[in-house]
Parts: sequence; C-alpha cells; structure tokens
Amino acid sequence: MLLRADAVSFGYRARPVLHDVDLTVPRGGLVGVLGPNGSGKTTLLKLLAGVLTPTKGRITLEGKDTAKLDRTTLARYLAVVPQETQLTFDYTVLEIILMGRHPHLGTFELEGTTDLEIARRMLVATGTEALEQRMFRTLSGGEKQRVAIASALAQLEPPLSTDTRTPDGTRVLLLDEPTSSLDLAFQLEINDLLKHLNREQLATVIICTHDLNLAAGLCRDLVLLRDGRILAAGPTKSVLTAETVDAVYDVEAQVGLHPANHQLTVVPLARK
Amino acid sequence: MTTMLMSAVTTTNSVTAGDLRRRIWLVQLCFAAVALLACVCAPLIGPTTINLRRVFDPTIPFAQNVDAQIFFVARLPRALAGALVGASLAAAGVVLQAMLRNPLATPFTLGVSSGASLGAILVITLGLPLSLFGLPAVPIASFAGALTATAIVYGLATLQRGSLSTNVLLLAGVTLNSLFSAIILFVQYLADFSQSFQAVRWVMGNLDVSSYRPIMSAIPLMGISFAVFAKLPRALNLLSLGPDSAASRGVDVLRTQRLAFLSASLATGAAVSLGGPIGFIGIIIPHLVRLLVGADHRLVLPASACLGAGFLVVCDVAARTLLSPMELPVGVITAMLGGPFFLWLLVRNR
Repeated sequence: MLLRADAVSFGYRARPVLHDVDLTVPRGGLVGVLGPNGSGKTTLLKLLAGVLTPTKGRITLEGKDTAKLDRTTLARYLAVVPQETQLTFDYTVLEIILMGRHPHLGTFELEGTTDLEIARRMLVATGTEALEQRMFRTLSGGEKQRVAIASALAQLEPPLSTDTRTPDGTRVLLLDEPTSSLDLAFQLEINDLLKHLNREQLATVIICTHDLNLAAGLCRDLVLLRDGRILAAGPTKSVLTAETVDAVYDVEAQVGLHPANHQLTVVPLARK
Repeated sequence: MTTMLMSAVTTTNSVTAGDLRRRIWLVQLCFAAVALLACVCAPLIGPTTINLRRVFDPTIPFAQNVDAQIFFVARLPRALAGALVGASLAAAGVVLQAMLRNPLATPFTLGVSSGASLGAILVITLGLPLSLFGLPAVPIASFAGALTATAIVYGLATLQRGSLSTNVLLLAGVTLNSLFSAIILFVQYLADFSQSFQAVRWVMGNLDVSSYRPIMSAIPLMGISFAVFAKLPRALNLLSLGPDSAASRGVDVLRTQRLAFLSASLATGAAVSLGGPIGFIGIIIPHLVRLLVGADHRLVLPASACLGAGFLVVCDVAARTLLSPMELPVGVITAMLGGPFFLWLLVRNR
C-alpha cells in the first residue's frame, strides 16, 4: 500500500476534528474524499501531506511513518495543490513551477539544466507550455490551477529519471477543492487533466471535494467523511448510493447512471 | 544604467539554467556597483572640494595628504554608516514583506524601528553603561527593542494564521509606533536638557557619524543578520505563497519564520543604533527593485540591500548639502520622499 492512515485522530487545541480515520491509497489510485464543509476533509489532506501531525495514530508512506520523515524528504513524494494560489508578489509561471524543485535543491543551489527540463516537461504535461513567460497573476482561473498542478508535479519528479533512491512511481498529488473556485468549463478542464495524469501514471491522486458529481465521474475510490469520521469507503460505485448521500449530507437524492454519459450521477431532491 | 539592466534581466523565450545563473550574478553585480559608486563619490562632495586622484595618490604620505584625510577621516565613515543602515533597513523590509505576505510591511511601518529607538534611547538618556559583557550596549538595546516589536507583530500574524490583513498590519504598526513614541517622550521628559536635545536629533534619523567606532560596533550584528538573510531567499519565495504551501514543498516554516524575524530585528536594531529610525527605505527600495528585476527573492534581497545602501548615501549627501552649511537629518529627506510613495502604493493596492 502506498499511503495509509491508521486510526488517525487530530484536533486543533481543544477542538477535535478527526476521529479514528483509517484510509488506504494504492499506488496509481484516484481517490476522492467527500464530505460537507467542516467534515475534516482539508485537515485529513494536510495530515496526509505531513503539514500537520496526527495527535493519535499514524500515517505511513510505503510503510514509513511520515511523522518521522523530514519535511524535505516527504515533499519529494507528496505534493499539495491548494484551492487557490494567492500571490503577494508577481512571479512568472516558470518561477512558480521551479519553486516546486525546492526539496531537491541545497540551500544555496540554483536550479540546473535538469530542473528546467523537468519544469518544461510538466508545462507540456499540463498543456501550459505557451504560458511559460507570463505573469501568474494575469492567468485565468483554469490556467492558474494547471500551473499549480505543474508545479506540484515538478516537485515530485526525482532529479534524474534513473535515480535509485526514489522508487519509481512514488508521486502523490493531494488536491484541495481544486475546482471549487472555477467556472464550469475550467472544472471540466482540470477534471480531464487529472484523469489524464493518473492514467499516464504520472501520479497517484487524492482529491478533496464537496462536488459529488465531479468525484463520481473522476475517482475510482471514494471516502465519505462526516463530523471527522469515515462513514463509507471503497469503490465509487458501491460507496456512492442514495443511502450514503443521505447519511453524509442529510439530503434525499437519486443516484444512478446518467443516460447521456453513462456516468454515476447524484441528483439532490430535498433536504431532510 | 537602468535600460542596460532591464535588457539584461528581460528573459527571452527559452531560458536555460545558464541564463538563470548569469542573470542572478549580473543583477547582483550591477546593484553592488551602484552601492560602491555611491560610497566612493559621496565623500568627494562637501564644503571643501577634494580630488579623488590625490586621495588615492600613494606618493603623498597620509599625514600630509589633506584630501585623503578629509576623505577617510571626515567623510567616509558617514558614507559607510549610510550604506550599512540603508542596506540593513531595505533587506529587513524585504524579509518582513515576504514573511507577513504584505508589500506594505517594513521595519518603520510595523513599529520595529521605534522599538529599536526606544531601546537605544533608554541606554543613552538613562546613562546606562555603554558596554555589556564587552558588547556595545546601544546596538544590543536597539536589538532588544526591535525584537519586542517584531514579537508582537509575529504574535498577531500567528493568531490570524499567517497572513495579516493590511488593515490589521497598519493599525498594529500605528499603535506600536505611538506606544513606543509615548515612552520615548516620557523618558526624554525625565532626562536633562542636553540629553533630551541629543535624543530629539537622534530620533529624526541622522547619520552624523564622525568616527569608525559606532560602525564597528554595529557591523557584527549586521554581519550575523546578513549571514542568515543569505540562507533565506528560496524559502521566502515559497513562504510568500503561504505557510501551508511552503510546508508542503519542504520548508520548515516555523524555523524559517523565527530565523527571519530574528534576523530582521537584528538588522533593524543595528541600523537604528547607528542612524536612528530612518523611515521608508524598507518600502521604497524593495518596490523599485521588484519593478526592475521581478519577484524572485534571490534577486530582490541582495539587490535591495545594495540599492538601499546607495540610496541612503545619496539621500545623506542631499541632507548635508541642500541647505549647506545647515545640515538636515537624513530621516527628513527619506520621509519626504517615502511618505507620498507609501500613499501611492496604498491607493494602488486597493
């Protein structure tokens, strides 16, 4: 198992947020974490990324306790794409992507030819190669998110493709509501990009969202969270049912394959 | 000069690693040249005209070389003090802006400078011993004052989870500034007239340095802070995206924040102990530099330090020549330039 949470609990000071969460993500997985606002999705993501440390339980990456790995090492395997990238200063797209190389560089080391080559490969992988010299601030929402994903992918790339220290394929992309601030066209764009990246085995993807239909169309496995507890977890088809939607959101819904795209679709009917 | 710099740093479509490297060196070299030029030229200007060739003429012994005496003894210390103070305040401004993710944060606007002033004035007017365990007391007291102010701002920022709104930031700065000023006034009120006069001139920001001794006592603190600054730039780039983003890219956020705030306090404390709370350097310079070279802190930090040095030296020349033979405190000049600039930024950022 690539990434695993064993009985993980977490609280901010006195306020408990997650209780006894178990989670397993296989290599090459595409997992959606679903739940209403305040259910602990973002906290779970931060714990998986190693930005927060569990108060109880442990998180392991290929069997190693992430709390015991140092920040730099962890950052070479796990990268986070935030909901929005807010810049204080005006960086170019290339500068943003090269920032992903941070965990691979020494304190005074400058990016070398390999780093630039990796950055360019990720620009191509995310379809943003034409934006290289643009100011990040001037991009559309969808473009910004593509660049943020490119930066995260650049972060996960070992310095050399034949590097033996990094087992090939240990690249986990954690995304926090990557499309919630985007309009419909950009949502589809990012959705397709994530599918593509996962299919091409560029990364194992874990995505937090409260958009049920997005998750249904994208993710192979789902985890449903409510009040910091896991209500259901497993393959999308078996997890996403009218009963579970009711249990998580208190909403009466119809769940079925949509005739137009044969995709599992949730139609909310009424609040209970 | 500017056009040359612009063309040198404008990136073409396919940047190579060599280009990035060259760009960093070239920018540092250009800005260092500006600082050096200011430091060499400033001592040539003054009531007595001196000749640069005569100053460095090795055939004339120093005891008979009046030009060299004026250059090295009377005027160079002042230029050096200006350069060190300008570099420290500009660099501290860059660091604070990145840490607080706010382009309006500076040692002056946050109240860090007035904290440092309070520390120094306490030592001066209360007649405390001028050295502490062999270390000069004024810079140490300035550092302590700067650190107190920074700790308060840092505390506020952590309460608000890493990013202070401009409103909170400016209000905190105004409050700290008036609080420290009130205590300074109180101390002055208790002090005798000559001490009080000394303190008033000092509070305006003044580079009236006539020996190398105060410079030597400030240099160790500045040296430590710049050694720390040198390690920070890439982490500053990442921290300006937010603490969580930085952490997920492998930055030890807490350690970096502490190092950055500590070193910015150290630089501010040392600068204030030497020149008083000279304002607005920390805001004018980083903004000009970002317009010229972009946002990468590996360029912005060293370039700001150099340009800050050159700028303050030039301002000081203006301060002592504009109303010659009368001398203005240099803080008056920087405030007159920086105040409107700050307001313009405030309006533009809306």
